[in-house]
Amino acid sequence: MYQASDLKKNLRIKMDNEPFIITEFNFVKPGKGQALYRCKLKNMITGSQFERTFRSADNFESADLQEKKMQYLYQEEGKYCFMDNVSFEQVFLTAEQVGDAKNFMIDNIEASVLFFEDRPLGITLPNFVDLVVTEADPWAKGDSVTGNTKPVTVQTGYMILVPTFIEEGEKIRVDTRTGEYLTRVKQ
Amino acid sequence: MESIDESWQLAKKQGALRRRAMMIRAIRRFFCERDYLEVETPVRIPAPAPEEHIDAVPSGAWFLQTSPELCMKRLVAAGYLRIFQISKCFRAGERGRLHLPEFTMLEWYCREGNCETLMQECEDLILWVAQALDGADVLVYQGMTITLKPPWERIAVSDAFARYAPLSMQEALDKDCFDEIMACEIEPSFGDGRPVFLYDFPVARGALARAKKLDPDLAERFELYMGGLELANAFSELTDEKEQRSRFGKAQHIRRAAGKAVYPMPEPFLSSLRHMPESAGIALGVDRLAMLFTDSASIDGIVALPPEML
Repeated sequence: MYQASDLKKNLRIKMDNEPFIITEFNFVKPGKGQALYRCKLKNMITGSQFERTFRSADNFESADLQEKKMQYLYQEEGKYCFMDNVSFEQVFLTAEQVGDAKNFMIDNIEASVLFFEDRPLGITLPNFVDLVVTEADPWAKGDSVTGNTKPVTVQTGYMILVPTFIEEGEKIRVDTRTGEYLTRVKQ
Repeated sequence: MESIDESWQLAKKQGALRRRAMMIRAIRRFFCERDYLEVETPVRIPAPAPEEHIDAVPSGAWFLQTSPELCMKRLVAAGYLRIFQISKCFRAGERGRLHLPEFTMLEWYCREGNCETLMQECEDLILWVAQALDGADVLVYQGMTITLKPPWERIAVSDAFARYAPLSMQEALDKDCFDEIMACEIEPSFGDGRPVFLYDFPVARGALARAKKLDPDLAERFELYMGGLELANAFSELTDEKEQRSRFGKAQHIRRAAGKAVYPMPEPFLSSLRHMPESAGIALGVDRLAMLFTDSASIDGIVALPPEML
């Protein structure tokens, strides 16, 4: 249970049986008046956003969200299939729910799937994922190493900027939160 | 936080803190020139004014003051003509872009003053500060140009509702959404141009203000807004002990019903009202004035250490 004074950005609450995340938060208190908590909320199921002002006497249930470790199996017609390795239960997420994570999803990768009362809402990948470079301009040996970058394509089809010395077939480590290159992985 | 980050954060504020200090020096000079006596009343008190929406921080069996109002009025009742004070006030749970739970308040009281004389004094004070700091009579805050030359705009609360809100003041009171309309629709409309005095508040919104003789539903109270910030709150003081006791009692009752702490009746203050002359007093947020004069978007920018850094 949360009180209005617990509200802050990124807090997840339940209203009318649906989960909401607070995307903007402001404390206001007009002269001699009561404390007001102005929030911008996003429905975590539908994605719709709206503004709402709460009073200090308001309270909220925490959104009943659970995270489950699941394995990514395959993608078919825009649906992404994940499996619970213990119960073998399978769930499907839409491309929208998967979001940018699909750029880094290789078969069998383990992801945390966010559930609201048995409904999958989204996924979080490990912070670092190793991906194989499938297309890259060649690097002429003997060229000096500079701070320059070049675009390459990795096994998921994602294009990323990497240092010029990276070659086709090499593995690179990518930060899934920023989508940026981190380091070359020696095999 | 790493210490190098902290040093950088504090060093970054030096310019703003210097202007804040110059501003406070100018305020003191202003009141000295007008023959106001600077006073210091205790910060730790046994009984803060019972107000519905102001929560005090306990300090042992007593409380930290939410404002120096009651102690200063006892001086006025005892015959002091003009007094001012710059002091720390504490209000539990108030934290936001414009709020700190510990903040600095300027209060001044003037015997035989009224709302009109206080409005003029606000105009004079802030123009004085602008001239002391920049030799200017305009202020630029967050891209808004504010002209400080008096007279400033004066709007009755009911007119502000008519002009900026989708419903009238009376409808807002009836529907219990006065504060929401005030905070979300009206206050943000007071940006550019001249500072605004909002006056004639409903009497229920002015716990220590005198009701108007001709319209007892309205209080002789005003608020000053500059650059969209609520800067000051002023009253013609209520001098009727019985009426004041009954308003405090009502506030205590509402607090008890809401499950909030109930503060004891400030008896010495109440009995001092018997000798209280016609007078007026005002509280002005020094931190917010510093925000305006340093063009700071947040109150965090004009105090060295906000609570999260302690």
